[in-house]
Amino acid sequence: MKLTIDILRQKDSASAPYKQTIELDARSDDTVATLLNTINARDDLKDINGEPVGTIHWQCSCLQKKCGACAMRINGDPALACDTKLSACKRGKLSLEPLRKFPTVRDLIVDRSLMMDNLRTIHNWLEQSAHHTGKAADLCYDASRCIQCGCCLEVCPNFMPDGDFYGAAAFVPASRILSQLPKGKKYDLVKAYGKHIYSGCGKSLSCHDICPVGIDIEHKLSNSNAVAVWKRLFK
Amino acid sequence: MRINIIGAGLAGLSAALTLAENGVKSNLISSMQSERAQSVMAEDGINACLNTMGESDTVEDHIEDTVHGGVELADKKAVRGLCENAPEIVKEFYKLGVPFQTNENGIVQRNFGGQKKKRTAFVKSSTGKMLMTALIDAVRRYEAEGVIRRYPHHALQQLHIRDNKSQGVTVYDTHTGESISFCGSVILASGGMNGLFSGLTTGTTQNTADVTAMCLENGVELSNLEFIQYHPTTISIPGKRLLISEAARGEGGRLFVVKNGAPWYFMEEKYPELKNLMPRDVVSAEMVAVTSMSECENQVYLDMTRLDKSVWKSRLSDLREQVLHYLALDPAKTPVPVSPGIHYFMGGIWVDTEHRTSAQNLYAAGECACQYHGANRLGGNSLLGAVYGGKVAARTAMKECVKPEAQQNIKCSQPYSEVSPAFRDAVSQILGDHLSILRSENDLNRALEELYSLQSKASNPAEKRLLDLAKATVDCALFRKESRGAHRRTDYPDTKTDCQKQTIVKNTKVLYREINQL
Repeated sequence: MKLTIDILRQKDSASAPYKQTIELDARSDDTVATLLNTINARDDLKDINGEPVGTIHWQCSCLQKKCGACAMRINGDPALACDTKLSACKRGKLSLEPLRKFPTVRDLIVDRSLMMDNLRTIHNWLEQSAHHTGKAADLCYDASRCIQCGCCLEVCPNFMPDGDFYGAAAFVPASRILSQLPKGKKYDLVKAYGKHIYSGCGKSLSCHDICPVGIDIEHKLSNSNAVAVWKRLFK
Repeated sequence: MRINIIGAGLAGLSAALTLAENGVKSNLISSMQSERAQSVMAEDGINACLNTMGESDTVEDHIEDTVHGGVELADKKAVRGLCENAPEIVKEFYKLGVPFQTNENGIVQRNFGGQKKKRTAFVKSSTGKMLMTALIDAVRRYEAEGVIRRYPHHALQQLHIRDNKSQGVTVYDTHTGESISFCGSVILASGGMNGLFSGLTTGTTQNTADVTAMCLENGVELSNLEFIQYHPTTISIPGKRLLISEAARGEGGRLFVVKNGAPWYFMEEKYPELKNLMPRDVVSAEMVAVTSMSECENQVYLDMTRLDKSVWKSRLSDLREQVLHYLALDPAKTPVPVSPGIHYFMGGIWVDTEHRTSAQNLYAAGECACQYHGANRLGGNSLLGAVYGGKVAARTAMKECVKPEAQQNIKCSQPYSEVSPAFRDAVSQILGDHLSILRSENDLNRALEELYSLQSKASNPAEKRLLDLAKATVDCALFRKESRGAHRRTDYPDTKTDCQKQTIVKNTKVLYREINQL
């Protein structure tokens, strides 16, 4: 298939971004990740203005939607490059941009350390040994699948990088911890939950629809709210 | 005083947590955050003799299966430590919240390749991800206290080794381009050598083999590089091989090839005891053998169509989703075409039973280290080996901790460099063509010739050392003139008693060393 690719490039964090357009033939069953590798393996490739394309900087690791490294905006929506086939491109057009809620490092690479910072701030760990219940096992499994890609934050109308609300990238991992903490103690995570999760969430649930690994985010939110805010048991 | 850990997958996290629990500070250095490490991709499970399945399993059985599965090439003393500590490790993960499947007797275990008893604890076929989530959360507590300091976008730039002693490391911040040097002991937990076989493995692109290549460059000994595990059941997807977990066969999946127009369940006929669950080296070699027979078609299938509905729901739902997603076929209804693909490197940085490398104050654990698995690794032993190896390396590093006054100033003398995609592809193509499941002297000599012809194209230190590591791997395969485990020579088809030794490579020399002896 003939493909026209618009890529938002940026030399480094201090430089201004610019759009580069490339036209090339690609296989429709390839993924965006494969396409980027193909482009980077060609040192002769030029854009539509005859300028050299050079290396397009992006991140990948597992290439099978298990690690979240390759999250970027694809045709306007956040998605994983390894999970997006070129056949999904309408009228042969593909646009690639870095995620917008995180500082751009270079080209399609962003600095997502904010998500790690936020999980530290809310004390997202077990303060004592896990309390396993049959009911919570499925929830623990599903919540533990979070790949920290950041797609949920990208679409969230309430998450701002400098705000107090930490979004699904925090409350999904928190729901695992909350389901396994025995009752009877005022845990730090419970104390932080109101400020950084409950009070900031507008329940748009756009995170639920965008999650590339299909975590049932609404279920995690309602259960962690029940435990941390309403002091109820898990459903 | 901090101990420096290179790699934040399961082995690195395990080392960091062990140090932190003992009040020892560390720098946890990785090119990406832990969620991107290869450990999250491990599907199968973790082996431990919990004896919850009424099969009278014993630690001795686990040791015997591991050593025998590794075709008598593993260090038995190290394997004993691994297997004796396995039950406690699994119980620790349960306390950290891993939702292992349980029944009235405790944690449920499943059958796995090369093991006569159900010994593999699991969470569906996402066990690695579950262990990693629990360990990342546990480590986070010590990050918040400042005991563990994360450097999550930092690549190793230089290993400082002087007079065979590790002095520290210089790391490169891939976001800012700045270099930072840290004195002190170093634990390497940088993963397997996928970077020698780009696009041909089931693993991550982030395991570039650069750290192992730096060890070779600095005269640190490597070992058993010729033992490369081809997993029997993989499929090709864009840019890589995708693993179909051994759990599929552990739960009853069967391999067949069409012979004279009818399915032939060759593993069941040839190996009536363990059938489809023979060790991976045996299964992969049999797949090559049957598909080269004139009366057989050139494709092996994994038949999971007779698995019970409850198995799909509670134990393999994620595997089914994966096959549906990538192959657009339902494995519950249609047999899946599979072929062997590179999955694990048994060889790597030589370590002793305490995870010391050949250089003082330098330790290695996880897949980058050569320990526990001999000539062939059993499924379920890699997660265990990574966690246990990380713990042992941390304990040894603590005991032998360099005192601050003994530290020397280190100065980075080597610019940061990376292997270009084109150069890596060229090396990978040569190794992929000639270091396949079956090898011969002719193949290997041709590989060496082709690698030498790349010499003039290596344009920076990273490319030069990758090429040296590739040559060392072929040298090891040439040196071992026998067939054993994952190393199968068509010109030396027998396993020889006098080759029951480790291959050691130091600089450009290859030699044999008795197992568990210096």
